[in-house]
Amino acid sequence: MRLRLDKPWTPLTDETVKRIPGQLGVYELADESGRVLYVGMAGGRSLFGLRGEIGQHAGGTATQFRYEVNMQYLTRHQELLMLHVADTGELPELNRTNPPARLGRIG
Amino acid sequence: MDLEPTDEQRMIVETVRRFVRDEIVPLEADLDPDASALVPEDHERLVEKVRSMGFYGLDIPVAYGGPDIDIVTRTLMAIEMSQHRAGLYTPCYGVFGGAGLAQLFEANDEQKDRYLYPTLRGEKKGFFGLTEPSGGSDPARAIETSAVKDGDDWVLNGAKIFISGADMADYGIVFARTDPSRGRDGITCFIVDTDMPGFHVRRVVHTLRSTSYATELQFEDLRVPSKNVLGEVNRGFAIANDRLSRQRIPYAAGCIGVAQKAQEMTIAYSKQRETFGEVLANRQSIQWMIVDNEIDLRTSRWLTLAAADKAERGEPFRTEAAMAKLVATEASGRVVDRAIQVHGGYGVTKDLPLERWYRELRIRRIGEGPSEVQRLIMARDLIGGAFH
Repeated sequence: MRLRLDKPWTPLTDETVKRIPGQLGVYELADESGRVLYVGMAGGRSLFGLRGEIGQHAGGTATQFRYEVNMQYLTRHQELLMLHVADTGELPELNRTNPPARLGRIG
Repeated sequence: MDLEPTDEQRMIVETVRRFVRDEIVPLEADLDPDASALVPEDHERLVEKVRSMGFYGLDIPVAYGGPDIDIVTRTLMAIEMSQHRAGLYTPCYGVFGGAGLAQLFEANDEQKDRYLYPTLRGEKKGFFGLTEPSGGSDPARAIETSAVKDGDDWVLNGAKIFISGADMADYGIVFARTDPSRGRDGITCFIVDTDMPGFHVRRVVHTLRSTSYATELQFEDLRVPSKNVLGEVNRGFAIANDRLSRQRIPYAAGCIGVAQKAQEMTIAYSKQRETFGEVLANRQSIQWMIVDNEIDLRTSRWLTLAAADKAERGEPFRTEAAMAKLVATEASGRVVDRAIQVHGGYGVTKDLPLERWYRELRIRRIGEGPSEVQRLIMARDLIGGAFH
């Protein structure tokens, strides 16, 4: 498994959201330039899994998304946040309003 | 040998049972089913509650401000504390505290000031770094991380894997080979600060235990001052080995608690669920599964309490601890497997905790020494010869 989510971006529209699976996993949202704005997860209590979680962001500031179906959604989510901090020195913009209580260091 | 709980132990067990039922289980309704942490406000509130009950710190000696509860009572408490969704690996989400890296109680005064006391006050966190990519079951031979003396420092190079909490820790207890010619007598234990140059958390290691990850570490010319040697040079294996033996008893107890809860759920469900006009409890196939569960549970419980009793009396307990660990981890896996079978489709959903326990219990047959190593330990003691 690759450390970073480096799949191509998909435009965040109502049509593309319908094609997202309802499984558990992690996702990233970005602006037009591909700058990651948010790292999220679809956990065990998410209604409609990734589709439900990513769909909530349609119409917001993010315009693109990519995801990874992953049963280890909690640890993978933390890993992606840790990698983002290691790469950029800070949490993604939209994660800063509700930061994780604890986040490890990687590098 | 009388392994029946005393009146005081029964009272403590009942108190912990109520705490789990009234304080922990309701909070889990709002958490992700794989969560391993409470929101900080709930955690702090419950820690205060446990302090007021006089239980905080469990195995911390009285001299260090803890209640130093005896190991038999702690075992009984551990069986209760694990009886919730996250209970196997984070019993009561850690609000009962504990000694953690107990090796630090053997540290010198200066090391205690820098590491032990801040840890007990909750100001610092540590990790235990033993297992390496070359193996974890036989640390005496598998440790390849080297420590070479250079002036007043030791220079460490090597890697560790399956290390919990290193990415959030302030320091770690790390084992390295200081004399390659002396096998288990050539290993030294170091206290390593995680902000020292050359200390790297290379990656997160994802496992079946989706709630919490392990890490892979790399040491590149990591300079550790001699004052950070824990114990004596070349005597580190004894420190690691002592921890491994002691850890097996609570490790077994946690498995029993989860299995006990699964059994209670199974019995309750079997009395409600009807198939072909009969409740499941009336089916012989179901009755036999429940009976087999009970045999597994009682066997595990008695072996684990017997090991704790022997440890409490100060007698050698290595074989008893290995037997308890082996039987409890394997038996609890069978219990939860049967519980899932009785619950049918619901058993494998995240609506119930059974699927999480099923995944996490599989790791317990490997962690703290796999079943095969436990058998090896017992065979050594029974036959009397070392298998070198």
